[in-house]
Amino acid sequence: MKTVYINSVCSISSQKTFDNSEFLDEIIYHEDNLIPVVNPNYKDYISPSESRRMAKGVKMGVAASKIALKDANLDTVDAIITGTGMGCLRDSEKFLGALIDNDEQFLTPTSFIQSTHNTVGGQIALNLQCKGYNFTYVHSSISFESTVLDAKLMLENNEANTILIGGVDEIGDYTAKLHQIINHIKAEKTSTSELLNSKTEGAVFSEGANFFVLSNEKQTSSYAEIIAISTYNTLGNSKISDLAKSFLDENNLDIDAIDMVVLGNNGDVTFDGFYNELSSGLFKNTQQVYYKHLCGEFMTASSFGVWLASKILKTQKLPEIVKLNNLKDSNFKTILLYNQYRGENHSFTLLRKC
Amino acid sequence: METLKQELKENIVEQLNLEDIAVEDINDNDILFGDGLGLDSIDALELIVMLDKNYGIKLSDPKEGRAIFESIEVLAKYISEHRTK
Repeated sequence: MKTVYINSVCSISSQKTFDNSEFLDEIIYHEDNLIPVVNPNYKDYISPSESRRMAKGVKMGVAASKIALKDANLDTVDAIITGTGMGCLRDSEKFLGALIDNDEQFLTPTSFIQSTHNTVGGQIALNLQCKGYNFTYVHSSISFESTVLDAKLMLENNEANTILIGGVDEIGDYTAKLHQIINHIKAEKTSTSELLNSKTEGAVFSEGANFFVLSNEKQTSSYAEIIAISTYNTLGNSKISDLAKSFLDENNLDIDAIDMVVLGNNGDVTFDGFYNELSSGLFKNTQQVYYKHLCGEFMTASSFGVWLASKILKTQKLPEIVKLNNLKDSNFKTILLYNQYRGENHSFTLLRKC
Repeated sequence: METLKQELKENIVEQLNLEDIAVEDINDNDILFGDGLGLDSIDALELIVMLDKNYGIKLSDPKEGRAIFESIEVLAKYISEHRTK
């Protein structure tokens, strides 16, 4: 089987991360329960005639894909695999809103066409004129992990040499209100620096697009090697520590081999216990990193974690803002990522310096 | 008629999200589709819905649209002659 490398990255998030020459050099401190992304100038990546029908998520996805391809020094790829938990929410809300407002009359086609979950993958393919494998995973908070798994299997088996993968989700105003009503979004505004001390229900929501070019051929500019990924819809009677241990065993690694663990804590007092179990138990002597205080929570927020880990492995720099403890500040070789959302869809991802 | 033309230009720019085109950039006799304003078949569907919703005009034959949507001038004339609301 071939080895799988992350050859390029691009993140559009609520931090200024789309510029690959920087790495969290300037932190934007938010104080809200719904935080916006820092937009690149989309006109640099998408022509006005193309962008006029694109909602935010599509624009983020297309722009991120172009930056990732440029970072990999490629014009196109063999396959495109996208992950989205909620799809194109804004156009879905627009279409369904019009359906109700106009008593099922006068339905316009644009928002309906653009509301499908695979709109981002389709628009990227049109843009690149890529007629290869194109797939969109809509698996809640393991949508992005599903893209990684699919791409990894294809590359390992040499079914493709370069694959663009990405996770993208956008905020929809109406859906956000529903999430607030059911306390999935925090009732109170929360500051970036105080997220994990909030001790309240819900998360700070956001949106974003994180794209990567994966390949079975290493480049001098490669960021990391993807060793393994596993997802678990529910834990059953297992403890997360046991699953973590089993995952490492399957990959012939012990705890000491992990230089850093990247955790998806989102400050939700009801569900952060899964992360706390790992950080105070198995990995209490491991450098711990978190990131959702920077990018917010969304169904594919874990792709920001992979962006962060990739940048750390390539640059060997650990920004102060992401440290949960202070045990190691150099020589990062192997990073374990763990994410879950509301006690479901747990995932472990293992990256290695290359 | 001038008010209707202005209204049509504003609706076209807003509803079709013509990001780089202002209302004042559209002349009454500019060709709307193809090489003119650059509208396409999806825009034609949007305009058919707009005619129905705003002016009570139902186009039963989509081929009619080819002539009706030639320019703001032609469209405004057709609407003023056929509108039911």
